[in-house]
Amino acid sequence: MTHHSPHIPDVEGDRLEVLYEDKKPPYEGAEAIAEANRCLYCVDAPCIKACPTAIDIPTFIRKIGTGNVKGAARTILTQNLLGKSCGQVCPVEVLCAGACVYNDWNRDPIKIGRLQRYAVETALAEDPQLFKPKAPTGKRVALVGAGPASIAAAGWLALEGHEVAIYEKKLLPGGLNTLGIAPYKMKVEEALTEITWVLSLGNVELYQGVEIVPVSGSPEEVSVATLLQQYDAVLLGLGLGPDSRLKIPGEDGGGVVGATHLIERLKADPTLRFKGVDRAIIVGGGNTAVDVAHELALLGIDATMVYRGGDHELSAYEHELASGRVDGMKVLCERSPVAVLRDNIGKVTGVRVIRTEDKKPVPGTEEDLRADLVVVAVGQSRATEVARSFPGVELDTRGRVIVDPKTHRTGNPKVWSAGDCVNGGKEVVNAVAEAKIAVTSMHAFLMGAEMGAEKGVGA
Amino acid sequence: MADLSIDFAGIKSPNPFWLASAPPTNTGDQVMRAFDAGWGGAVWKTLGNPIVNVSSRFGGIDYGNTRMMGLNNIELITDRPLEVNLREIREVKRRYPNHAVITSLMVETKEEWKEIIQRAEEAGSDGHELNFGCPHGMCERGMGSAVSSEPKVLREIASWAVEFATKPVIVKLSPNVTDIVEPGEAVLESKAHGISLINTIKSIMGIDLDRMVPLPRVGDASTNGGYCGPAVKPVALHMVGELTRHPYIAKLPISGIGGISNWRDAAEFIALGCTSVQVCTAVMHYGYRIVEDMIEGLNDFLDSKGMKSVLELRGRAAPQYKNWGELDLGYRVVADISTDKCIGCQLCYVACMDGAHQCIHLPGRTEEQARKAGHTHIPKLIPDRAVTAKGGTPGARVPFVDEEECIGCNLCQLVCPVSGCITMKEVASDKPHETWDDRVQRGADFVPGGLHVTEMERAKRNG
Ligand SMILES: Cc1cc2nc3c(=O)[nH]c(=O)nc-3n(C[C@H](O)[C@H](O)[C@H](O)COP(=O)(O)OP(=O)(O)OC[C@H]3O[C@@H](n4cnc5c(N)ncnc54)[C@H](O)[C@@H]3O)c2cc1C
Ligand SMILES: Cc1cc2nc3c(=O)[nH]c(=O)nc-3n(C[C@H](O)[C@H](O)[C@H](O)COP(=O)(O)O)c2cc1C
Ligand code: SF4
Ligand code: SF4
Ligand code: SF4
Repeated sequence: MTHHSPHIPDVEGDRLEVLYEDKKPPYEGAEAIAEANRCLYCVDAPCIKACPTAIDIPTFIRKIGTGNVKGAARTILTQNLLGKSCGQVCPVEVLCAGACVYNDWNRDPIKIGRLQRYAVETALAEDPQLFKPKAPTGKRVALVGAGPASIAAAGWLALEGHEVAIYEKKLLPGGLNTLGIAPYKMKVEEALTEITWVLSLGNVELYQGVEIVPVSGSPEEVSVATLLQQYDAVLLGLGLGPDSRLKIPGEDGGGVVGATHLIERLKADPTLRFKGVDRAIIVGGGNTAVDVAHELALLGIDATMVYRGGDHELSAYEHELASGRVDGMKVLCERSPVAVLRDNIGKVTGVRVIRTEDKKPVPGTEEDLRADLVVVAVGQSRATEVARSFPGVELDTRGRVIVDPKTHRTGNPKVWSAGDCVNGGKEVVNAVAEAKIAVTSMHAFLMGAEMGAEKGVGA
Repeated sequence: MADLSIDFAGIKSPNPFWLASAPPTNTGDQVMRAFDAGWGGAVWKTLGNPIVNVSSRFGGIDYGNTRMMGLNNIELITDRPLEVNLREIREVKRRYPNHAVITSLMVETKEEWKEIIQRAEEAGSDGHELNFGCPHGMCERGMGSAVSSEPKVLREIASWAVEFATKPVIVKLSPNVTDIVEPGEAVLESKAHGISLINTIKSIMGIDLDRMVPLPRVGDASTNGGYCGPAVKPVALHMVGELTRHPYIAKLPISGIGGISNWRDAAEFIALGCTSVQVCTAVMHYGYRIVEDMIEGLNDFLDSKGMKSVLELRGRAAPQYKNWGELDLGYRVVADISTDKCIGCQLCYVACMDGAHQCIHLPGRTEEQARKAGHTHIPKLIPDRAVTAKGGTPGARVPFVDEEECIGCNLCQLVCPVSGCITMKEVASDKPHETWDDRVQRGADFVPGGLHVTEMERAKRNG
């Protein structure tokens, strides 16, 4: 078992990620105060209701305005321990800022995400010890996966005085928040710095390169049974699985790659280069497809999204599409790929597509599009198979872990679950919000059980 | 975590944040909600014989996009029956025994003062605040600010209150006087236990130019009201400073009021010598909730300065409030523009050109152009620096301060829209540390170049 806690390895080398500039760079103090003073400090504020973690936005913004930046960070982090990441990666246009009263008044909404990032970064740089953990409870909790759901849960559990162990099968913690976020929003190091801070909040161990499996067969694996036996409670923060495939001829072989796999390499693999890639076709119409196309376009690659539905059916956010288009990414709708084309040495030369109507192919409308790289962004498979090995935990027909939405507890009274593996794939902030619900319920269980035991002894 | 609790002349409060006597303390329900939000004390809306109020009552003044930089009101004391208020005070004290409930009082005759003080104490009041400050309506009836401007009357009424009360008596002063020290000394003579200030400043909020009626309008007329809110803070600080540097008055606890909206404002009043602070307008604008930031911000501030309690902050700045004649004439600062922060708006330039000393220069001009623009002193070198700040205007230049000519007036720093961009940098001065008073002492309080008669007079005196 590799035991790296709490040290997180540095990411090395000339990764392509470093070429990207922040689209929303950090605020200078003066900019933050000017923006903060624009906020109306609304009551019953719509922005709070639009935040999945219900951060008291007017209060934290007012505190920035009064120079109480530490207080602003406290207001944010008590509701959302990953407030810094969320400030950078949240699609604020459809969340808090999208609900700001300024929108309907035809004025620029408050830049809530950037203010949030400013407050947390500034306050933690000044004083990382913003919170103190409670006395140890002697209770032990295991978290499976080190994505945002588990990291947020780890911090909150540690502050309550519980002993926390996180098991992550990859060598870097953070899940998609570290390895999937578009590099012009947040870079790997930034995600890791935040994780280091969360892990410092209390008694948290991080085991990297350790997978939780139904039955353990190697030192890099821990079995479900061991976990259930050694811990008082378990949180499953499994996220989603590998990229789905197109299942069309020519897909196998070099030059065709899954979207999240490619993004992960772009962010963390110093060996990745796009030599000889002038044109890329990205298959899909969601946010992951847009992210890849946008990222490639920014590297100077002619990147075209190919989507089988119509323009208005694209599930990607409008603001992401617009921003990608500004940077040169193209979108081709009502086309469905039927084959990946390769030359005689097997090199990808393009994609054969067929026109669609109502997402159905129209016979005889095939055309060939040139490309050197094909990225498949049509969704991710599930990573929840292991969950079935926890007695009582059930999956729905779409492979999502079934929980009670009020507590995020599964059918096993010792097992909770949160994040993409429960909601099927949403945002970081949803993973954090769900982790908060799970932790609240788990903490009550852990403390209640203890009180029960004492009573039992006394009686 | 610093200790924020205070003891104001025997009135104990978990923190120095009190609500001023005004609409936010109209009813028991409100005061209890305020205590739940974190306020440490409340001065009840002034009690007295019932009155009638007019509609409308308030006027506001905006500055640019900022609403209610100042507020004015023509409201009188409480318009609710005395017995109802007293019942609610009793209830609040029962439920919140550790919070401070202070009864603000305003009546006329000695007998009335006696009765109202007794009834307030029976209701559980922790102390009394004598409202000698209301500048409208009541003063015309010989109460409120009319009392503050008559030190003799003030002393007499306040000593009645001291005589009748078993609880501490605080006198609330009006700023509508020429010299706040006069009523301050009258309080001292009355043996009252503390002072609060300021009440509101006489004002007319504006004019309705269609109806030709001042604001706030009541039908087809208006009257002068009391001004308060962020705009009055400097006036209030000055009056507090006058009292806290007085050798005897300074011994009384002082409750600072006027324009306090956040922890920083509060810290400033405390640093100038206040024991508690009171807030009205900021709560009327944003609600009781602002106190959370005040408590947290003050706490963090005290921690950052290594102060264990708010008492350690009290009066720290008071000794540094001096007369003009005591200031160092040798001290010198000059403006320093940060080339990383400047966005190139040139507001500092125009302010210095037209409102100060013509020592900020626009790069890229010929000497002729500079002279034509109005400069009389041209430095040898005006560095041509491009604006580099994120969000700065492309192509704009960073203006240049001619330090030789800069008189260190602060104006450019005050107008610059980018906080922290212009700083006033201390520079070595060729002059010795010397005050005007020093010069008077050594007979050098004379600057040549003035009136003939003055110079002749002086020559005669010096023989
Ligand atoms: C390309 C892309 C871009 C995105 N951009 C944004 C964005 O800009 N803003 C935003 O808010 N959200 C974005 N998201 C979504 C966001 O990243 C996810 O919603 C979020 O990371 C979910 O967190 P999680 O903890 O549920 O799962 P994950 O982040 O997926 O983490 C799960 C972790 O569990 C580990 N794991 C799984 N099974 C096991 C096991 N058996 N044993 C040990 N470890 C295991 C995995 O290796 C992984 O590290 C994006 C997603 C993608 C794919
Ligand atoms: C609407 C209104 C009513 C007020 N009524 C009273 C009052 O009854 N008694 C009193 O002592 N002061 C009264 N004041 C004055 C306040 O208590 C306080 O001294 C003043 O508003 C300055 O503080 P601020 O700048 O925080 O508002 C009133 C102020 C306002 C705005
Ligand atoms: S809705 Fe907009 S203006 Fe109102 S509190 Fe939220 S961010 Fe501020
Ligand atoms: S604030 Fe309330 S009481 Fe005052 S005018 Fe408006 S609705 Fe009427
Ligand atoms: S006012 Fe400030 S920002 Fe504007 S030109 Fe002067 S220094 Fe630069």
